[in-house]
Amino acid sequence: MRRAALILVPYLWLLALFLVPFLIVLKISLSDIALAIPPYTPTLDLSTGWQGVKDFFAALDLENFEFLTTDDLYWKAYLSSVKIAAIATFLTLCVGYPIAYGMANAPDHWRPTLMMLVILPFWTSFLIRVYSWMGILSTEGYLNQFLLGIGVISTPLTILNTNTAVYIGIVYTYLPFMILPIYAALERLDGSLLEAAEDLGCSRISAFWLVTVPLSKNGIIAGCFLVFIPTIGEFVIPSLLGGSRTLMIGKVLWEEFFNNRDWPVASAVAVILLLILIIPIILFQRNEQKQREADQ
Amino acid sequence: MGQTVFEPWNDPDAKPLIQFRNVSKRFGDFTAIDNQSFDIYEREFFALLGPSGCGKTTMMRMLAGFETPTEGTILLGGQDIAPIPPNKRAVNMMFQSYALFPHLSVWENIAFGLKRDRRPKDEIESRVAEMLKLTRLEQFARRKPHQISGGQRQRVALARSLAKAPKLLLLDEPLGALDAKLRQDTQFELMDIQEKTGTTFVIVTHDQEEAMTVASRVAVMDHGRIVQADIPAKIYEQPNSVYVADFIGEVTIIDGTATKVDNGYEIDFAEGQPTLYCQTDKQLANGQSCHIAIRPEKVSISAEKPADRRNILQGKIHDIAYLGNISTYHVKLANGKIVKAQTANTRRLAHRPFTWEDDVYLSWSDTAGVLLER
Ligand SMILES: Nc1ncnc2c1ncn2[C@@H]1O[C@H](COP(=O)(O)OP(=O)(O)OP(=O)(O)O)[C@@H](O)[C@H]1O
Ligand SMILES: [Mg+2]
Repeated sequence: MRRAALILVPYLWLLALFLVPFLIVLKISLSDIALAIPPYTPTLDLSTGWQGVKDFFAALDLENFEFLTTDDLYWKAYLSSVKIAAIATFLTLCVGYPIAYGMANAPDHWRPTLMMLVILPFWTSFLIRVYSWMGILSTEGYLNQFLLGIGVISTPLTILNTNTAVYIGIVYTYLPFMILPIYAALERLDGSLLEAAEDLGCSRISAFWLVTVPLSKNGIIAGCFLVFIPTIGEFVIPSLLGGSRTLMIGKVLWEEFFNNRDWPVASAVAVILLLILIIPIILFQRNEQKQREADQ
Repeated sequence: MGQTVFEPWNDPDAKPLIQFRNVSKRFGDFTAIDNQSFDIYEREFFALLGPSGCGKTTMMRMLAGFETPTEGTILLGGQDIAPIPPNKRAVNMMFQSYALFPHLSVWENIAFGLKRDRRPKDEIESRVAEMLKLTRLEQFARRKPHQISGGQRQRVALARSLAKAPKLLLLDEPLGALDAKLRQDTQFELMDIQEKTGTTFVIVTHDQEEAMTVASRVAVMDHGRIVQADIPAKIYEQPNSVYVADFIGEVTIIDGTATKVDNGYEIDFAEGQPTLYCQTDKQLANGQSCHIAIRPEKVSISAEKPADRRNILQGKIHDIAYLGNISTYHVKLANGKIVKAQTANTRRLAHRPFTWEDDVYLSWSDTAGVLLER
């Protein structure tokens, strides 16, 4: 009995916070736009009894999803989001791995401090941190002032409102999500394995590629998914740091909701986004599962 | 056997493969290896024996290149090995913790070193197959290390270190997790490999019987020093200290004072007890305090007083340890001292000649005891 109750709690949680909202969004995506509050029809009218329920379901259709295929803006935005997310994930990995490696190889008494430094940015608001990047990257920003000051460049660089700025923002924001799982994997790595590899004829570098990297693979995969999944739907970073040509589905979604007030189409965009995300989420889960099995 | 005796350490012309020259290793202010100088010769099977924490692994790690001596030099084939990184040394090590690669199968683990040498594929395959056969791991080749038993893992580690057929092989407790039968087989297998390939082995073991079986020389260590390094028979029969005598095999140590008589010394060890005689070449001062180390199997036990022996003690049987093929009797003398005597159990247990509380005589020959200075 207690076991059942224990299992029930997370499922109720999921039901209330994920499944119900998702069903509402799904329903809206099947509705039609209307000049009303809420701005769509039909709404379920239970006063007319069974007939009302039937009318309600009869009014639902896939029109919005068809619409998404007619305008190439949408699939381009999806594709571009996936592309930006993939590149940003790769860049985060390139920055995060050496940091995690350094942390794992730091003396024991340094590690808590380094860990603290990685988590520290979370103590200030995400929005403020993104705004401060605007201050750094803009044409008159600190970065350009610095580079002009030391004479590396003669005209200021345009970084803000380009994809470069978006990448910088994503790498900066999601770096801890990359570092922590890789650090966890590297920290558990048994140093004698590297010695064994060297003993058998590996140089330090090949021991790194043949032993360290494969043994931190699960950490790398976990880190990549933790960055990739939220980045696809990212809205704040592309809209604040990106330019007009930065095409990301999060931005499209937002515009659909708040500029066009077309809730049904926006919901359809969100539903498709979720479907796209399900694949990496399943892969991520499978990786976690595999790791748990390997740990036993 | 016995055409030429393999004793390069007695040959002044023999060139040692490994030379430790005043080697010390300190971790902080803890001295793990204390100013050691000794040689290991080619084709030797050199066993390091000693209690936990005495520095055996540290010694191996210096040879493999994972630790550098704090002081002194180690020469391999006459060349200082300090500047040579581990991957460039013709030395392979089997780690005490095995250090198997968890992401690779048994087969890939064994092939790892061969692949780094870029040997041809078919050569690698045949070599790995050979190693698998040797360690009886054929049916586990595709498994990962976490899918096999502890003893099987140990055999993988052994196979992996053997695969490259190095000039010097360092084995850190290679057989500890194997059952008695497999351990014995593997010991003979190792000796066989050694004979065939001429590899020099340095082996760490906690099992003195193993050291005695396989080793050309045994080095008994204590607190970062080699106390005695010699052939197994000498370590056993002629220990140079109470520590070595006590560490290897069973022994009774009797403390007393020496008086020169004939070709040896008479030792007075307790009031009311007869003196003991010990023949020896050693020179002691009269009245010098000393020890006699006497192995239990050299002590006879009898109900009647033997007539022809110079060393005779009387006591009561205090305890009997039955070990199957032999029994060890703990005999308590009148002064409370316990002396051990061993007899082979040639008869059934029911016909055992002595039992608890029996009055017995213990005796041994003039040369059975080893006189050790304090
Ligand atoms: N990296 C290190 N830092 C500090 N002390 C160390 C280090 N490595 C070994 N020691 C110490 O050196 C001593 C010898 O260690 P070593 O591993 O050589 O022992 P061992 O003889 O192999 O013991 P065992 O039979 O238990 O394996 C031990 O007291 C150990 O605590
Ligand atoms: Mg050890």
